[in-house]
Amino acid sequence: MRTYLCAEFKGFMVRKNILILTVLLSVLGIFNPNVSWADQHSEHEEEGGVNMKNQIFGHVNDSHSWHIFSTAEGHDAKHFSIPLPVMVYNIDAGKFDFFSSSKFEHGHASHAGYTEQQEGLKSGKLAREDGAKFFDFSITKNVLAMLIAIAFMLWLFLSIAKKYKSGQGATSAPKGIQNAVESVIQFVREQIAEPCLSKKNVKKFLPYLLTLFFFIWINNMFGLIPIFPGGASFTGNFAVTVALALIFFVIMLLSSKKGYWMHMLNPPGVPFGIKLLLVPIEIVSNLLIKPAALAIRLFANMFAGHTIILSIILLVSIFAGLAKVAGVVFLPVSIGFTIFMFCLELLVAAIQAFIFTNLAAVFLGEAVAEHDDHH
Amino acid sequence: MSLLTILLQESTGMAAAGGAIGAGIAALGAGLGVGQIGKGALEAMARQPEIVGDLRANMILAAALVEGVALFAVIVGVLAIFA
Repeated sequence: MRTYLCAEFKGFMVRKNILILTVLLSVLGIFNPNVSWADQHSEHEEEGGVNMKNQIFGHVNDSHSWHIFSTAEGHDAKHFSIPLPVMVYNIDAGKFDFFSSSKFEHGHASHAGYTEQQEGLKSGKLAREDGAKFFDFSITKNVLAMLIAIAFMLWLFLSIAKKYKSGQGATSAPKGIQNAVESVIQFVREQIAEPCLSKKNVKKFLPYLLTLFFFIWINNMFGLIPIFPGGASFTGNFAVTVALALIFFVIMLLSSKKGYWMHMLNPPGVPFGIKLLLVPIEIVSNLLIKPAALAIRLFANMFAGHTIILSIILLVSIFAGLAKVAGVVFLPVSIGFTIFMFCLELLVAAIQAFIFTNLAAVFLGEAVAEHDDHH
Repeated sequence: MSLLTILLQESTGMAAAGGAIGAGIAALGAGLGVGQIGKGALEAMARQPEIVGDLRANMILAAALVEGVALFAVIVGVLAIFA
């Protein structure tokens, strides 16, 4: 009987399970103390809006300690977080400072002249009281998240490589996780690398493209897990995506061939008047806008996804601030919508990794194209 | 008070309003763009059902690129509200 489940019945079972999950979580959510903390904080009318902004940026921004959870008791809540080392170099005074971020006591204290900002867009960033310029290279939450993702990737791929070296998967059929990873690697090679690069260049650039694809995908996925070791939106940080795009830009510049620059600065078969217009546009587009678009696209997708999920969850507490009943009634709606957004974010995580890698392959293909490949 | 004084007083609120309206217009653009992509893809799938897999992959690629542009505008809106 099970093997003959038709598509409609399977869809119905999925919808029934989502309904059961939503009802369960709503019932559990009524006992959530957070639904009522909005009352304690309502000192003035716009408290809902300001608190939401601080909550969202507190979760999405980087910070110098990894906050796991707090017992919700208002102003003397106990916080459980992992303090991370702060490493700064004071440019004006020329001295280094290394200390644990537990000295900041969650924003209530300053240490060696540094404070951690708590409000708004700059939440989590360090600031100096005397305004001196400093260079912050601490291990922050995002750096630790990246290191965790890298450790996971190294474990996964090194264990698979060891299996391949001992013959399994090369001379005999692949087993277990080798199957999954092999199919993804084949996808990247055949759908992303081979359409854009010649055979020699595929061999040269495939390691980079594979690294890029898995790095972005695995970090996106880790950002979706709500608790430690996930939950730090690493790719939702603009500095990270700019760094990825910068690395791609450097690789493209270093491997670009003379034909690429000739085509860009002196397109063949184009009348002179149009050439005057076309060359600046080509230069700006190829060297500035395309890498920047890569960075911004990935950052915006991940940042927007996390912000939307957080906003929907925090809407419950805003409604509860008006009337506790309203919060409880809104809870199932919010949870249903959040589950939908999480599923969408799973899709977006994979798609954005694919898009970044695909565009990187296309731009690299343009840059390293041999002169006898076309015209 | 004159109109200009009143407008100057509300400049942060107006920046936030501008950012929100910009993000709304970007959502409009994204909806139109992805809708056209879906329309083209579905028509092609109806004409030639054998290549549905290829069409689906290319449709998702094009949709992600169009959504990228819409999200540039969303980021500008967020910056207008908070910075």
